[in-house]
Amino acid sequence: MKDGIRIDGRKPDELRPIKIEAGVLYRADGSCYLEWGGNKIMAAVYGPREAMPRHIQDPTKAIVNARYNMVPFSVEDRKRPGPDRRSVEISKVTSEALEGVIFTELFPRATIDVCIEVLDAEAGTRCAGITAAAVALADAGIPMRDLPVACAAGKVDGTVVLDLTSDEDKEGDADLPIAIAPRTEEILLMQMDGHMTPAEFDEAVELAIKGCREVSKLQREALMNKYKTFEVE
Amino acid sequence: MMRKIVLPGSVVGDAKEKLPGRGVFKEGDKLYASRLGIVSDKGRYVNIIPLSGVYDPSIGDNVIGVVQEAFKNAWLIDINAPYPAFLGVDNVPWRVDYGETTKYLKIGDVLIVSIVSVDEARNIDVSMKCKACRKIDEGLIIDIQPSKVPRVIGKNSSMLSVLKKYTGCWIFVGQNGRIWIKGKDEEKIKLLIKAIRKIEKEAHTTGLTERITKMLGG
Repeated sequence: MKDGIRIDGRKPDELRPIKIEAGVLYRADGSCYLEWGGNKIMAAVYGPREAMPRHIQDPTKAIVNARYNMVPFSVEDRKRPGPDRRSVEISKVTSEALEGVIFTELFPRATIDVCIEVLDAEAGTRCAGITAAAVALADAGIPMRDLPVACAAGKVDGTVVLDLTSDEDKEGDADLPIAIAPRTEEILLMQMDGHMTPAEFDEAVELAIKGCREVSKLQREALMNKYKTFEVE
Repeated sequence: MMRKIVLPGSVVGDAKEKLPGRGVFKEGDKLYASRLGIVSDKGRYVNIIPLSGVYDPSIGDNVIGVVQEAFKNAWLIDINAPYPAFLGVDNVPWRVDYGETTKYLKIGDVLIVSIVSVDEARNIDVSMKCKACRKIDEGLIIDIQPSKVPRVIGKNSSMLSVLKKYTGCWIFVGQNGRIWIKGKDEEKIKLLIKAIRKIEKEAHTTGLTERITKMLGG
């Protein structure tokens, strides 16, 4: 931080550039490609479809099964392919965040599979993943209470900042990713790494929610872009 | 005709005036859309016409199904929905004795069936006792996205009649996105499949029927 300007020239409350495109895959029921700073993420949604094997079915509601995966070339050193401790955790928290908005009770015995592939990673992949997954879910026509969105805030050099970059994440004091349902501002996911005072924490939450609202607008725009020319007979 | 497109969580009406229909939920005194689609609020209900997604079975639909499993007195039919459908022996045009289901329909057989009931637990019952219902044993089946089915049929089946007229093929469009094609001329069938793929790809554009007519040599 130098004169209130961050390492990549942004202001403390500024997001990295974001590009969202809905419906990029033909064979998935819904999909989304998202670029968020240096992150490149592809999300695909399949279902609702019958849950298999049968013993995992829930007769009262659908299972939301998100799978977060980083491809080997997404990071500087080659990442060993396959699930590791980190991606299993992110898959779990993502599933739970998305479950909070999906009307799972409409599809008993079914699963909704969400695949999040991180093609290129530069800090904040779990937020970008949830944001992309939300667009893909809407594209797949899954009934939801709201279009979830995620964004991170953190603390670098004693200042609370929005949307950390890779360097800020590594060298900074704290990182706080949150996901919300923008209509009600319900919190769907909140994790924290590092240390902040209660006052800084409140400030960071507020800032992250503000970031979420901005990203939410972009999500809606992306979906509208795909469907605006659509007409019905 | 352009109409308002809504996303999950968009306000679509006032709960005091209207009732929530398909794809709409009530929270407080507002109605919200639960899925991506077009609002239709004629009458007492507000409904969302979906623009995407998997096939959602509704009563009266004629669909193309594949026999998935045969039991002693029923069959399980894959109808391209989240759940398989149940075809009981009472709902077929033949008298089937207990345990003799495979004499009539084997696993892998393709059928046109109509949906007779869908209940709360999403158990789907289908029947073969309708006019269009039959076993399909010739021709070929192609899959399209279920949300594009209305476009392949067209307004008052305008698109369908164009396809039939210029290719001379027999076409049946199932509401679940499966299309049955039967024809003698292989070239014509190839052209027809190409046309259907084009419709699917350009479903959101205007003047599609004219372009398809031109493509088929009309």
